Amino acid sequence: MDGAFGHLNVIAVVFFATFMAITLGITYWAAKRTRSTREYYAAGGTITAPQNGFALAGDYMSAASFLGIAGLVSLSGFDGLIYSVGWLVGWPIVLFLIAEPLRNLGKYTFADVVAYRLRQKPVRLAAAVGTLATVTFYLIAQMVGAGNLIKLLFGIDYTIAVIVVGVVMLLYVLFGGMIATTWVQIIKAMLLMTGAILLAVFVLAQFGFSPLELFSQAAATYNTPAEAGKPAVDVLAPGPLITNPWDAISLGLALMFGTAGLPHILMRFFTVPDAKAARSSVFYATGLIGFFYLITFVLGFGAMMLVGPEAIRAIDKGGNMAAPMLAYELGGEAFFGFISAVAFATILAVVSGLTLSASAALAHDIWVNVVRGGHAPEREQLRVARTAAIVVGVVAIMLGIVAQGQNVAFMVGLAFAIAASANLPALLLSVFWRRYTTAGAVASILIGTVAALVLIYLSPTVQYDILKHNPATDPAWFPLKNPAIVSIPLAFAVGIVVSLLRPEKEAWTRYAEVEERVHFGATGPLQG
Amino acid sequence: MPLRFRYSPADCWRWPRAVFRQVRQARRWTKGTVQSGEGMVTDRRDELRALTRRRSRVAVVLTAAMMIIYFGFILLVAFRPELLATLIVPGLSLGILMGALVIVSAWLLTFIYVRWANTVYDDEVNRLRR
Repeated sequence: MDGAFGHLNVIAVVFFATFMAITLGITYWAAKRTRSTREYYAAGGTITAPQNGFALAGDYMSAASFLGIAGLVSLSGFDGLIYSVGWLVGWPIVLFLIAEPLRNLGKYTFADVVAYRLRQKPVRLAAAVGTLATVTFYLIAQMVGAGNLIKLLFGIDYTIAVIVVGVVMLLYVLFGGMIATTWVQIIKAMLLMTGAILLAVFVLAQFGFSPLELFSQAAATYNTPAEAGKPAVDVLAPGPLITNPWDAISLGLALMFGTAGLPHILMRFFTVPDAKAARSSVFYATGLIGFFYLITFVLGFGAMMLVGPEAIRAIDKGGNMAAPMLAYELGGEAFFGFISAVAFATILAVVSGLTLSASAALAHDIWVNVVRGGHAPEREQLRVARTAAIVVGVVAIMLGIVAQGQNVAFMVGLAFAIAASANLPALLLSVFWRRYTTAGAVASILIGTVAALVLIYLSPTVQYDILKHNPATDPAWFPLKNPAIVSIPLAFAVGIVVSLLRPEKEAWTRYAEVEERVHFGATGPLQG
Repeated sequence: MPLRFRYSPADCWRWPRAVFRQVRQARRWTKGTVQSGEGMVTDRRDELRALTRRRSRVAVVLTAAMMIIYFGFILLVAFRPELLATLIVPGLSLGILMGALVIVSAWLLTFIYVRWANTVYDDEVNRLRR
């Protein structure tokens, strides 16, 4: 088993080279179709609802979902499922509250929507801060995960792995823009679903195609009654993951409302032709992602039974290698190579989506709308967008190298907390609340971001796990691991109170336009 | 926007009244735009408002439903773990069944919304579009 890891796997490289050849071919094709900013940022608005559904799923299902959740379930059973459920419940929220207004009010970034009837410069600057904070932590998590994974799967050095990921995703983004990025997401989502379904079928074949047979054998093998000093283990029931209910609720809030504040997800809604397509695409995405997480139940318990928690822990303490190990067990070197290549493709796709959204915040929000006051020639806009992408790509590579060894799950949790506290409240208030003002928006975004960052710094995760302070002598100032339960209400409250204190007549009168356009889109009667 | 009061802590006893005045002023402004909505028929304006309210109501109800289902699940995990350990049939604990049901309910809620929006909401939008 150990022989499969840490050296160059030829079959994996062949699969991955094929993926690269296809996606770079698509990038070449997309590059010829990317001549305007609308094509660069929003694929010209020509992506259909099913395509966008797959692309949303591709953007969202990171390696953390595939490898992380399968690993968690394989090590601790039911506790891992709490995460798979939590990652999905944000999608209905995206659909009910923001998908259609976003499509109807925005152009390339969610700051378009927040700033629609407010003063452009301050709001866009603040929104860019929220976007960049979210994307930075999400990017670090993906880059560090990528480096570790590729080192284990392909036997490449960590630094080289990070650089390879950074350079390849930059090729997609720079030349193919949103068109290439969308197709990379679609192909990746299909590969990931195929890989997961194949694995699940192979697992179930060993258990008479009955998931219940699999679960009951897992319970029979790994359940132990309580002994002196050791609690009982039941892999089909809640274990030690949730001890403090407030912690669980706070994490749940971040997962549920963070999804609707992730800039790279929000940006996808500008690629479809109209609000109806935006609506349908979330419906497809929810179906795909939910189905995928149901499959992770089977993969996790399959790895637990067929590979065994001890063997999984021996390769990677966090269990991240459970799914590739399961593939090796069931299909040998070839299947292992395929699943490894899928994992690599997964990371590449997510990272390119993130880079595109960060470069849009820098180029479209800050350069075009703040520095140039909204008027810049098309050629200049494209040039700045591509320069921004290079900057983001280089910074991502450097952060990935510097942050080696950081806890990936913690970074992802942080990104979701910032997205839920900085981006979502501003978006919702600006679409649904007439009295929202520029001052309110700026204060709410900045305080949401700062509150999330500061509370995480004061949380037990940073104080004990990262800074290694002694819990006995140095109590953490903030008792919860995730700040969402405080920072989300705080951002809403600040937005509302500051708006009431600093009224703005134009923001109120122009709300009539928002009310029209939220239903009818840009083709509505009050255009311009 | 000219401010009607200074944000000095020494004046804090005057803040509530000042905020109240600002809000009343704001109401006057917004009311004004509704009546003078440049060449717009007031009936259509009212219908649009009603549609906005209706859509918000649907969105809030469905969001609340999703939150109740998900946080209900989390609270059960936190407070009644032994209940979730109950086996319904061999291999299927109540916990695993409920986890799967949360995912299924997310599908159902999105389906309900899409059905409503594709029929009722879209018809209304197309009627009011001009």
